[in-house]
Amino acid sequence: MAGPTELRSLQEDGQASVPTAVGSFRVRVGRSLWNAFREMSWPTKACASWLVLIVTAAIFADWIPGLQDPNYQGFLFGKGKTLDPPSMEHWLGTDNVSRDILARVVHGARTSLIFAGGVLLCGLVVGGLLGSAAGFLRGRFEAVVMFYVDVSLAFPALVFFLFAITMLNTRGLGIMTVAVAILIVAPYTRIARANSLSVSNREFVTAARAIGTSRPRILVREIIPNVYPTLVAYSLIVAAVLVILEATLSFLGIGVPIPRASWGGDINMARRDIAINVWPMIPPILALVATILSVNVVSDWLRSNAASRSSAL
Amino acid sequence: MRLVATLLLVTFVTFMATSLLPGDPVNALIPIEAQQDREFVEQVREEWGFNDPLLVRYGRWLGDAVRGDLGDSYVTGRPIIDEITPRLPVTGELMVVTVLLGILIGVPLGLVSGYREGSRADKVVSAVAQFGLSIPNFVLGLVLIYVFAIKLRWLPATGWTRISDSVTGNLKSVAMPAIALAVAEVAVYLRVLRSDIIGTLKEDYILSARAKGLKDRFILFRHALRPSSLTLTTLIGLNIAGLITGTIVIEQLFAIPGLGRRLFSAVFQRDYMMVQGLTVLLAAAYVIINATVDFIYIAIDPRIRRRA
Repeated sequence: MAGPTELRSLQEDGQASVPTAVGSFRVRVGRSLWNAFREMSWPTKACASWLVLIVTAAIFADWIPGLQDPNYQGFLFGKGKTLDPPSMEHWLGTDNVSRDILARVVHGARTSLIFAGGVLLCGLVVGGLLGSAAGFLRGRFEAVVMFYVDVSLAFPALVFFLFAITMLNTRGLGIMTVAVAILIVAPYTRIARANSLSVSNREFVTAARAIGTSRPRILVREIIPNVYPTLVAYSLIVAAVLVILEATLSFLGIGVPIPRASWGGDINMARRDIAINVWPMIPPILALVATILSVNVVSDWLRSNAASRSSAL
Repeated sequence: MRLVATLLLVTFVTFMATSLLPGDPVNALIPIEAQQDREFVEQVREEWGFNDPLLVRYGRWLGDAVRGDLGDSYVTGRPIIDEITPRLPVTGELMVVTVLLGILIGVPLGLVSGYREGSRADKVVSAVAQFGLSIPNFVLGLVLIYVFAIKLRWLPATGWTRISDSVTGNLKSVAMPAIALAVAEVAVYLRVLRSDIIGTLKEDYILSARAKGLKDRFILFRHALRPSSLTLTTLIGLNIAGLITGTIVIEQLFAIPGLGRRLFSAVFQRDYMMVQGLTVLLAAAYVIINATVDFIYIAIDPRIRRRA
């Protein structure tokens, strides 16, 4: 079955391909993303589109024309009603202190994105590098790194987080990102180390050693590029968990402090009026569930499609 | 051995983190008016042993902890262990009911959709599972509260009736929280069992069982489900550990007087001793459950057992 697809995937994995200029690389990535999108079934397409939409909205939240200030409470100035149903002025209505729900949902997406993005970046960079180095260098360095991993994996995430915010006596997006990032480094390190161990035994690493390549150079040029694809795929699974975690923490009142918009926090605010008016709760819930579902669906799709490619590596 | 080492580490890290805090724990013990009285403060410090070296304090604290004495709450003044014990059965019941629901619903569904891979039933079940995994438990809890407590008025929205007070009342109070937690469990069990069954059904011994003329149902239960029971055991163990996090959230939402809710109130009261005690307890439970799962896994799998 050495068909053209297998040949193509070999080249795309970068193992056999000749280094290309950055410009053409960008074009290739853009085109392959578009091709990937065309190959998806329609539910997957819808999910991918939703992710693109929500991420774009989150990034450009401040510059979207007509989007209101998420913290503007119109009723204080006699210009708005609380718990207003959807209207031309407020497309998704207003919440219990007359803030525009659409604006809060968009800005809530930004909170979620900053948190998930920051934590993932820490996991990828710190965990990925530590694990790659541990698996390749072995020895005392590996022992110290794995010691940290073992301790960190022994704490249930929420318990550690509650412990951390009590002892540090602060709340906020920053501390939340850092605390969770400290925990997320552990699984990343573990996966990176396992990959690094197996890559270290591959022929091309032996070959590099044989021609006298220095160890740091092997680590950077041979090990790390082969460890990262798995980590990136893992990141999507983690992303879904992180979106849930941010919403949960904010819902419990220990995540981002009010009045900052957050889906979980807004659901918690709306919960108080659940018996009177359930509407303000619905938009953040739908946005939250749609986002988690989309991340899960896209990550499943990626895994089932990447399985055939990584086997060619 | 490894288990003991990890436990020691966990307790040490927790203790150190609490002790190295800025701020004097003595301030939490005595009223503000008395804090100006240097002599009195010093006396209290000496009495509570705050002046000893850190390692000595850790040793003493660990020695007490092993004997079940986690210290006294800064806020209520009662021994922490006394506040924890009546709450254990509540959290325990919630967890057991959740896992039971997960198995009773997840396993049959997983079997069916694995056996009928690609059928319409399989597609529906898989889609529902995907959806179930994407709803955070607190959102599900809120939806349940809205439908069953506010609209239909069938179940109480919050609170807890002990099983010794009323069995039906207890069932009513455990129903919604357990369902909110169990949906994700069902989805996980179902998905893993499904892919397990699909893999096992392709094995040669299944083919030979078919060739012998055994009934499909017999093959499915006796030949296919058996190897999957290993995966399920591991998964259930891992999920019980993960449920610790879930119960904290759900207990808070449904106002259930379990361990998680106590941890929460301690966080808001800044009751360091209580937070420390519960953190150590929950982390230790987590480590021990994981180790037990590894052990059970070795014990029930003849292939690994023989090698070990």
